[in-house]
Amino acid sequence: MQLDAKIPEGPIQDKWDSHKFNVKLVNPANKRKYEILVIGTGLAGASAAATLGELGYNVTVITYHDSPRRAHSIAAQGGINATKNYHGDGDSVYRLFYDTVKGGDYRSREANVYRLAEVSSDIIDQCTAQGIPFAREYGGLLDNRSFGGAQVSRTFYARGQTGQQLLLGAYQALARQIKLGKVKLHARTEMLDVVIHEGRAVGVITRDLVTGEIRAHSAHAVVLATGGYANAYYLSTMAMASNATAAWRAHRKGALFANASFTQIHPTCIPQSDDTQSKLTLMSESLRNDGRIWVPKNVGEERPPGQIPMEDRDYYLERKYPAFGNLVPRDVASRNAMTVVEEGRGVGPRKNGVYLDFAESIDRLGKAVIEERYGNLFEMYERITDENPYDVPMRIYPAPHYTMGGLWVDYNLMTTIPGLYSIGESNFSDHGANRLGASALMQGLADGYFVLPYTISDYLAPLLGTQPVPTDHQVFAEATQEVDDRVHRLLSVNGSRTVDWFHRKLGKILETHVGMSRNEQGLQKALREIPALREEYHKDVRVLGENESFNQSLEKAGRVEDFFELAELMALDALNRRESCGGHFREESQTPEGEALRNDDDYAYVAAWDFTGVGETPNLIKEPLEFEYVALAQRSYK
Amino acid sequence: MNITLRVWRQDTPDAPGRFVEYDAPDIESHASFLEMLDVVNERLTDKGEEPIAFDSDCREGICGMCGLMINGLAHGPQQGTATCQLHMRKFKDGDVITIEPWRAAGFPIIRDLVVDRSSFDRIIEAGGYITVPTGSAPDANLILVPKPAADAAMDAAACIGCGACVASCPNGAAQLFVAAKVANLNLLPQGQPERWTRVEAMVDEMEKYFGSCTNHGECEAACPKRISIDFIAMMNKDYIKAKFKNRRMAGQGS
Repeated sequence: MQLDAKIPEGPIQDKWDSHKFNVKLVNPANKRKYEILVIGTGLAGASAAATLGELGYNVTVITYHDSPRRAHSIAAQGGINATKNYHGDGDSVYRLFYDTVKGGDYRSREANVYRLAEVSSDIIDQCTAQGIPFAREYGGLLDNRSFGGAQVSRTFYARGQTGQQLLLGAYQALARQIKLGKVKLHARTEMLDVVIHEGRAVGVITRDLVTGEIRAHSAHAVVLATGGYANAYYLSTMAMASNATAAWRAHRKGALFANASFTQIHPTCIPQSDDTQSKLTLMSESLRNDGRIWVPKNVGEERPPGQIPMEDRDYYLERKYPAFGNLVPRDVASRNAMTVVEEGRGVGPRKNGVYLDFAESIDRLGKAVIEERYGNLFEMYERITDENPYDVPMRIYPAPHYTMGGLWVDYNLMTTIPGLYSIGESNFSDHGANRLGASALMQGLADGYFVLPYTISDYLAPLLGTQPVPTDHQVFAEATQEVDDRVHRLLSVNGSRTVDWFHRKLGKILETHVGMSRNEQGLQKALREIPALREEYHKDVRVLGENESFNQSLEKAGRVEDFFELAELMALDALNRRESCGGHFREESQTPEGEALRNDDDYAYVAAWDFTGVGETPNLIKEPLEFEYVALAQRSYK
Repeated sequence: MNITLRVWRQDTPDAPGRFVEYDAPDIESHASFLEMLDVVNERLTDKGEEPIAFDSDCREGICGMCGLMINGLAHGPQQGTATCQLHMRKFKDGDVITIEPWRAAGFPIIRDLVVDRSSFDRIIEAGGYITVPTGSAPDANLILVPKPAADAAMDAAACIGCGACVASCPNGAAQLFVAAKVANLNLLPQGQPERWTRVEAMVDEMEKYFGSCTNHGECEAACPKRISIDFIAMMNKDYIKAKFKNRRMAGQGS
């Protein structure tokens, strides 16, 4: 199988424009003859569904939440990048493009990243017009802040709730289309499989989470906007229900899955406090603008932070990376935190964190300024830890947070299954091996508002006059039966362990061997342990209740089952990539200073995997990455 | 710590519900309230009893999915805190804790502690948006928004749509939720063209599901985002004005 990314010809700054001209169009009066299914209502899904509805397509939206507004995009705090250059500090499309390719450690596709940077400004315009209450200067203009991995101020924000506000904007646009009848909403409905007919995606199978009804939906095209899979780690910053099922089921049906091991471990999360913890809470990376990160110089330091004098503190990021200091990219910040904690210099009752200290900023700017910038984050921290960060430095530690890997898509955001698209975090495309802060919101909205609505017509136009495959067709009956069988299989195991028990065990394996630091031996071990635990799961999981009711254990059981298979691919992908890049750190491949060392000769490619069966080794298909504009270089933030 | 729970259990929307008592020994005081329920649920599953159904998702106080009446208080005893951010250290060893779902006619029970809040979506669909089709927006800095206006809009926009305002209201009224969205949009220059139609449509839709506001102020006390009832006054003012505003003069400012 040969992968064709369908990157347009021509200079990089012209590719998107010429592509928009070259794609086939569906005329406005014909758009209503098409049915499109959008799965998921986060930034990508809601913005895509709203825009497709506005354009005139008939859209059906499926979300497992009770309302589209709950999607986990809502939890993003810090901001969204755009190349407005409102501060005149030298920003440009080219600079954001450059920063993103470099930040991703040269494992993303140049053309996609350039397009992302190009449409970033349109997003800010769109969101502002929607009434997103972005932070303002006193003159009424938009304010910006800086973020990790960049030397310009290009991040727009709405207090510490930027994701919430952007999602509500997209949700409200979606709500308008629902009212107008262009979008049909199925809430508390989970997609459990994608239906393929004659090689094309023609619909999905869902389960109604309230009644258990298993139902078929058909359409001309299916868009997955189902988010990332960091919840495979059990303890992550993801929401409880975030899962990989939709993407994984698509993978099982033939969609290639790319760079599964590229996961982002976010540096500023609250350290784990006890063993019953269900998730980790992220504190916005924007805190690194004004907080200084340090640990005690000496192992075994017992004094409270306020009593440790300057000479006994190690501001390790400022020391090692004077140019970027506390604003180094996430992967660098995370790995360094891990290193100092492993050295025994961690802080807090479990010695599992590093300090993020605002004392100096409070002295310099006053408490009121810090409160205005981060008040809600400080409050959140205090609620969780019972410590007041105005008086005592915060304690932070990295946690799984985002997955750069995902379904392989071409320049049109179409997977390897014709008619099946993947947008937002669920695809692999724009962030390479590491995502920069404030770029997830940007990508979700870029895909949903400004990319997919253009590219999807290229696929739809030739289908004019065709009807979606009827849901009483045999392919739907078979797929429905498969889903039904799977649900009943999970219910009938009646073993002795809860779903969460297995999920925690799986998470531990991933955290240990496929976490911030990976090596050959550990990955081999993970590849033995994961299938063994999966087998045990199938024999010994206990899911009570029945299908025909609101059954949260059953929901989880299916999701964790898919995490098992995905986790194996994560380990395999990490094993295959015998180089370090971005968030993927192979201990065997580092510079003398301990930084990630890429191997461009052998690994400058996207690793796309083709499913061959559960427990079988998937086929690796490589998409070579070519860098015409950003010269490959060892990343340096010194 | 050791606690006892009295939990509302109800199998289906139409089935009669009942309180069931559960002992919950050995709970970590660092655990969040929902993590305590996770532990109880795992123990129930081990015993072969179906776990207690409750909604939650982000568990960091922003998605608005969680929401329990804890000892009669929406989101429990800690002010400005969603259920998921409430920690067991706020309770004492030996406490008996009563847990109920949101109690409001506008939020029918689905199962145990899970309710249906889709009425909130219907209200937003009625007018809780600014009409701006994708791609039609002008440059963002062409729209000047005075900082105090932007800040006030943000104060209102912080609403997470959890429904605690409704659950805590003796009338089961949804004014605080609706007012927060009306204010978010009506305070901004971008929201002016649809200001009067928006407030009418949203309030009228609200009336289909919820009770009437009699200014008890319980909603503000229960709101995990501390949204002020001042916004209700603003909404009422806009609603009354909307009744005699000549829409053709909306281009002249107010």
